[in-house]
Amino acid sequence: MKILVLLSQVPDTTARIAFTNENTQYDGNGVTFIVNPYDEWYALVRALELKEAKGSGSVTTITVGGADTEATIRKGLAIGADDAVRVDAQPTEALQVAEQIAAFAKDKGFDLILAGKETIDHNGGQVGAMVAELLDLPYVPLASKLDVNGTVATVERDVPGGVEVVEVSLPMVIGAAKGMAEQRIPNMRGIMAARTKPLTVIPAAAVDDTGGTVKFELPPPKGAVKMIPAEEAGKLIELLHTEAKVI
Amino acid sequence: MSVIVFIDTRGDKIPKAAQEAVTYASQLAGGPVTAVTFGGSKLLESLGAQGAKKVIVARGVATVDGQQLTRLVGDVAAKEGATTIVCVHDATGKAVAPRIAAKLKAGHVAGALGLPVDGKFKRNVFSGKAQAWMQVTSAVKVISLMPNSIPIAKGDGTATVEEYIGDLGTARITVKEVRKAGTGIPLPEAEIVVSAGRGMKGPENWAPVEELAQLLGGATACSRPVADMHWRPHHEHVGQTGVAIRPNCYIAIGISGAIQHLAGVNQSKVIAVINKDPEAPFFKAADYGIVGDAFEVLPKLIEAAKKLNAER
Repeated sequence: MKILVLLSQVPDTTARIAFTNENTQYDGNGVTFIVNPYDEWYALVRALELKEAKGSGSVTTITVGGADTEATIRKGLAIGADDAVRVDAQPTEALQVAEQIAAFAKDKGFDLILAGKETIDHNGGQVGAMVAELLDLPYVPLASKLDVNGTVATVERDVPGGVEVVEVSLPMVIGAAKGMAEQRIPNMRGIMAARTKPLTVIPAAAVDDTGGTVKFELPPPKGAVKMIPAEEAGKLIELLHTEAKVI
Repeated sequence: MSVIVFIDTRGDKIPKAAQEAVTYASQLAGGPVTAVTFGGSKLLESLGAQGAKKVIVARGVATVDGQQLTRLVGDVAAKEGATTIVCVHDATGKAVAPRIAAKLKAGHVAGALGLPVDGKFKRNVFSGKAQAWMQVTSAVKVISLMPNSIPIAKGDGTATVEEYIGDLGTARITVKEVRKAGTGIPLPEAEIVVSAGRGMKGPENWAPVEELAQLLGGATACSRPVADMHWRPHHEHVGQTGVAIRPNCYIAIGISGAIQHLAGVNQSKVIAVINKDPEAPFFKAADYGIVGDAFEVLPKLIEAAKKLNAER
């Protein structure tokens, strides 16, 4: 089985959020960048488990980004991916990223393409679905369980009001969410091996420009918390009703 | 600007998120719009109240197959000459809206928080820790509206309902089993959420949490450790890796407020925190706080809620 995993680089979960260039760019100064957790913990690890269970196949990662993403890409190789591809383009918008990935994947015959359900910086959850549309493949977002039997995948997905178990014939694209796999910490052997695994850089394809983010802003600072003594706890309900007017 | 709106109306009543999306589409268009949907709903005429003049329904599609639904919306968009397609930023919308955008080479705003200002749409980024203004420059735009972002219009119109006729191809996704998440209010739609964490000490202690939620007409939720320990079902988990919600009122009991939890709830209009640890980080994000033991505070809240309900 030939699997492609989409890996994105994002600021660490606890990183400070600040902007630069008149609030048009994220300020990455002094920030640690990581593999997007949904891509790493769920999509990549499940891809590796499927390959290991089958005893054959390959797991390739693809990232759209500049040379500064290579340390992050090596982390994916250290966890166990066989090889990695970097499309040499600055990601600006979901469709632009999806078109770059689709341009690479279209004639490679991947059986399964796995993405995280969203990135923790842009939170769009769009790229997996867009890649699926561009390659004319089925896509299941918000997938918390994935099994493959022959050429049929069984997937559990969140739907409004519950969970559905669905069957889909491969090839397909999956948006991986919590539950699909457990995080793997790379060991020393993996980290050493990652240094010599292939990381291919390919030039960007010409893609459509559909716009993007023009300005960021931080939410206004929160007002002081109003404390209520525990013995008068019932007053909270009163205040939520009469003062905050939310119940 | 010609606007159509794609909604999921399966089930016994028209979901709140669908009513919000039709309201929003009609506000964007400055007049009545065409809605597109699927499945067996019988109440589609009522969407006239939110500003739909016509509802086109593909009765033969019962499940979310992104490819079939993208063909459906693409076909209706072409026939209506739509330049803006409104969707909902929920599980159904996430399977369909980005596909429509890719098919039509349209810019896609995933999770718009309201109407555009100077042509720019605001959305959450960095898990709610910041917002971004997005400008779409393509001829066609796809706008996915975040649930609970706008009030629903209550007009007196009635929509005409039209059956979709056309070839959507065969479904490539087959549903084998459906597990309902209970009969209460779906968490992403709830305006009041009562949430509890490890401070409850065990699943057997959840009755007062449920009672308070019920008295307030809200839904129950929980923190990640509680879902991981199977004290509560997975779909109740709010936070970075669970569901992100934005109710009017979020009451958190026995939850410390780790950054990953805040990422899922920081868009709530009002946050009340009950924790016995005065240093709990959640108090910094709260509007109201009580330092106290959950098992002493909850009965007082329930008593006050009963009193309030008796008065109104």
